[in-house]
Amino acid sequence: MDIVLLSRWQFALTTIYHFFFVPLTLGLGWFVAILETMYVRSGNQMYKRLTKFWGKLFLINYAMGVVTGIVMEFQFGMNWSEYSRFVGDVFGAPLAVEGLLAFFLESTFLGVWIFGWERISKKLHAAVMWIVAIGGNLSAFWILAANGFMQHPVGYEIVNGRAQMTDFGALLGNPRALYLFLHTFFAGLVTAAFFVLGFSIYHLVRNHEVEAFKKSFYLSALIGLISAVAVGLAGHAQGVYLREVQPMAAAASEAHYETADPADFHLIAGIDQEGRRTTWSITIPKALSFLYFFRFSGEVEGLNNIQAQYEALYGPGNYIPNIPLAFWSFRAMVGVGTLMVLLTAGALIIAWKKYPDKWIKRSGWLVWIIFLPYIANTTGWILTETGRQPWMVHGLMQTKDAVSPNLTPATVLISLVGFVAIYAVLMAFDLFLLLKYAKKGLVTVEADSVPIAAVEAPKKRGGK
Amino acid sequence: MDLNILWFLLIAVLYAGFFFLEGFDFGVGMLLTSLTRKDVERRAIINTIGPHWDGNEVWLIVAGGATFAAFPHWYATMFSGFYMGFFLLLFALIVRGVAFEFRSKHDTPRWRYGWDRAISISSFFAAFLLGVVFTNLVRGVPIDADMQFTGTFWSLLNPISLLGGLTVVMLFCFHGANFLSLKLTEGLRVKAHGNAKMYFTAALVFALGLFAALFFTRSAFSDKGWITLILPVLAVASLIASRAMMEQKREGWAFITSSLAVVVTVAALFFALFPNVMISTTDAANNLTIYSASSSPYTLKVLSIIAAVMVPVVLAYQIWTYFVFRKRIKADAKTLTY
Ligand code: HDD
Ligand code: HEM
Ligand code: HEM
Repeated sequence: MDIVLLSRWQFALTTIYHFFFVPLTLGLGWFVAILETMYVRSGNQMYKRLTKFWGKLFLINYAMGVVTGIVMEFQFGMNWSEYSRFVGDVFGAPLAVEGLLAFFLESTFLGVWIFGWERISKKLHAAVMWIVAIGGNLSAFWILAANGFMQHPVGYEIVNGRAQMTDFGALLGNPRALYLFLHTFFAGLVTAAFFVLGFSIYHLVRNHEVEAFKKSFYLSALIGLISAVAVGLAGHAQGVYLREVQPMAAAASEAHYETADPADFHLIAGIDQEGRRTTWSITIPKALSFLYFFRFSGEVEGLNNIQAQYEALYGPGNYIPNIPLAFWSFRAMVGVGTLMVLLTAGALIIAWKKYPDKWIKRSGWLVWIIFLPYIANTTGWILTETGRQPWMVHGLMQTKDAVSPNLTPATVLISLVGFVAIYAVLMAFDLFLLLKYAKKGLVTVEADSVPIAAVEAPKKRGGK
Repeated sequence: MDLNILWFLLIAVLYAGFFFLEGFDFGVGMLLTSLTRKDVERRAIINTIGPHWDGNEVWLIVAGGATFAAFPHWYATMFSGFYMGFFLLLFALIVRGVAFEFRSKHDTPRWRYGWDRAISISSFFAAFLLGVVFTNLVRGVPIDADMQFTGTFWSLLNPISLLGGLTVVMLFCFHGANFLSLKLTEGLRVKAHGNAKMYFTAALVFALGLFAALFFTRSAFSDKGWITLILPVLAVASLIASRAMMEQKREGWAFITSSLAVVVTVAALFFALFPNVMISTTDAANNLTIYSASSSPYTLKVLSIIAAVMVPVVLAYQIWTYFVFRKRIKADAKTLTY
């Protein structure tokens, strides 16, 4: 095992893990802010309880997002020092600004939100939650501007073998980054919508706090449908742009080996990576051209062609990423996305029909839909990042040249195992708590503001 | 003054801010389990830093991000060179972060005590590791002509850096105890006060030892000569002043002066370092300086404009949060909300 491979595993696992928590933070913040605003406007206690209920789940999730985020921040220097030297001039800026502009905002105001219920006015308290939600989404923008540069470098020149920023505006206006942001923004909303929808169903089925959870149900179904459609549209636009700037990644997502005009769309296919071809497939004729050009013709370049061009451009080597991974990730994401549109549309119908009993009774298993966005989020990133390979920065630096040269495999192995171990343990605790509070429902919210050790008197050390 | 110097200063300020703020909350974390065994009292202690600790930690994130943006080679050499140190630091920060959040979410004694102990231990290690890292920064580490760290994990663990680690721990305990006696009431306030006295002695002895060691062995301090002693003397003086203020029960002043001691200590490290950012023990020609390690003038300019706008805003709202939560906290289950 070499340090490149180990570092890649470490980076991939830690980012994927970070991104289990990120989308929910991005989306649920808006939900909590909306609910609190409804409470402030109507004075209706039910909304306050809902705010606290979803707010608590937000916090449990948020804590995990924070601690896993710090790991990300440091890893560029720890494992990818050559990369950091090469792009630091460009890439460091959005990262620094993210902290200054977004993380400070998010974490400082969240502290006020948690502890400030009785200390600041209701309106201000609700405003604070809006700031937290905005802060989180701002941070997404900055990090994606950084990631966008790796995918499609803009606003730089190469001086003495290093990338130097020449145009900060171009970096922020990088269409690649804007598409990433749009798609991620809606992905966050969808994630939160399904989280809220799933747990609302759980409680409706059990006849808990029916009125309150119907509100949650309706709100999440509505926001869910809108953002599920939006995430698909944004994703499609992103894919079209992807073909222009990273044709290799786009072709990888379709396992499109041979250039064709018009090009067919593979619904599913068998992939022979060594032979650089598909062995069998179920296709929709001309559909790929249609997706890209909105008409039934148009040349779509295939992997083999692009590979030949890249060899001419960058020298001999294999420039084709892991095709099955990209291909199936894409299918998983889009499949899940389609399913989510159907599910939220169904949920809206149920709400409009005033929650017919026979529907509610049979919906218990639907709690599981909470997992859907997690699948799509993870596979989405796997597609994006694996599609970029073998490049670290598209066209400029390869992943194998980006690693810290002073590391030994043993060192990276230790940290990799360490992170995996602690993350596994934390996941167990996190799920335990999330489920505990999500299942308890609104009752705990009341018990909660009669805080702490109403639970019990002073305890003896280590008592059972 | 050119932008390279400005950014060196700004990064020094960010680390100083981080040590000052996270310093007392690491201190509070370390003291948590030893001050009391009562759950209500522990809740009160945690509530003194509850609204702030995450915002404080962002100072570290921004300091790291600013280093990356303004001095990419510094960031690259330091973070890859101190790999294990940072890995362990991350580990401690992970445990600490979730412990604060998780401890109150379940109410068996075992759960609470487990996480409380986790808070104390992880706060200790985080403080200790920061001390080790920064001591090594001024002592210098082996770096070759390609700006690569050539040492191993073990080259970071030398007696002086261990002393540096312990100094930071003691300083933070003292600082944290001062903060607590400012923020708590009654019995807890008295206890915190007593604790502060104890940690004062330790902090003083360790700090004197550390500065002497850095001055009399080869390090950024001894390289520069006696002028580097001004700030350490000031730091020690603030520490002693803090003790004197405590004696007179002027808790506000005691806290301000212990903050000063922390800030000046960090300033002393950065002053000794300047204009280098990393010191090579292999060959002084391999030192990374604020010029050889920096980003382009354009990037520094962009960053400067953003910082000039944002830093005052951030300071304003962070100060506002301390204002919102300025009241002393009483360990009373009826009034403590969370
Ligand atoms: C699309 C969004 C997104 C993406 C791709 C990433 N993050 Fe993230 N990050 C967030 C969105 C976010 C967030 C929503 O703002 C978080 C999640 C939970 C939270 O508290 O803030 C966060 C937390 C978070 C924190 C802790 C902030 C705090 O203490 O408040 C750090 C240091 C990072 N992230 C750094 C990174 C780095 C270096 C990434 C690159 C690999 C990264 N994140 C990917
Ligand atoms: C949070 C969402 C993200 C997820 C889930 C994610 C996922 C991944 C995955 C799966 C890999 C491994 C690819 C491979 O080796 O084949 C990877 C690599 C990497 N990604 Fe991401 N990524 C995310 C965001 C980002 C962002 C925002 C950045 C930069 C700003 C980034 C930078 C990198 C780097 C530096 C590597 C390591 C080198 C490499 O293997 O390419 N990632 N990521
Ligand atoms: C239904 C139609 C969808 C389409 C057409 C679509 C399309 C895409 C495309 C083309 C990419 C980019 C690959 C790259 O940039 O290299 C992507 C990435 C991604 N997708 Fe989707 N997607 C869809 C649904 C979803 C859903 C439902 C979610 C989550 C709830 C999701 C989450 C993501 C994420 C997190 C990424 C990686 C970051 C990003 O590129 O924004 N996608 N998607």
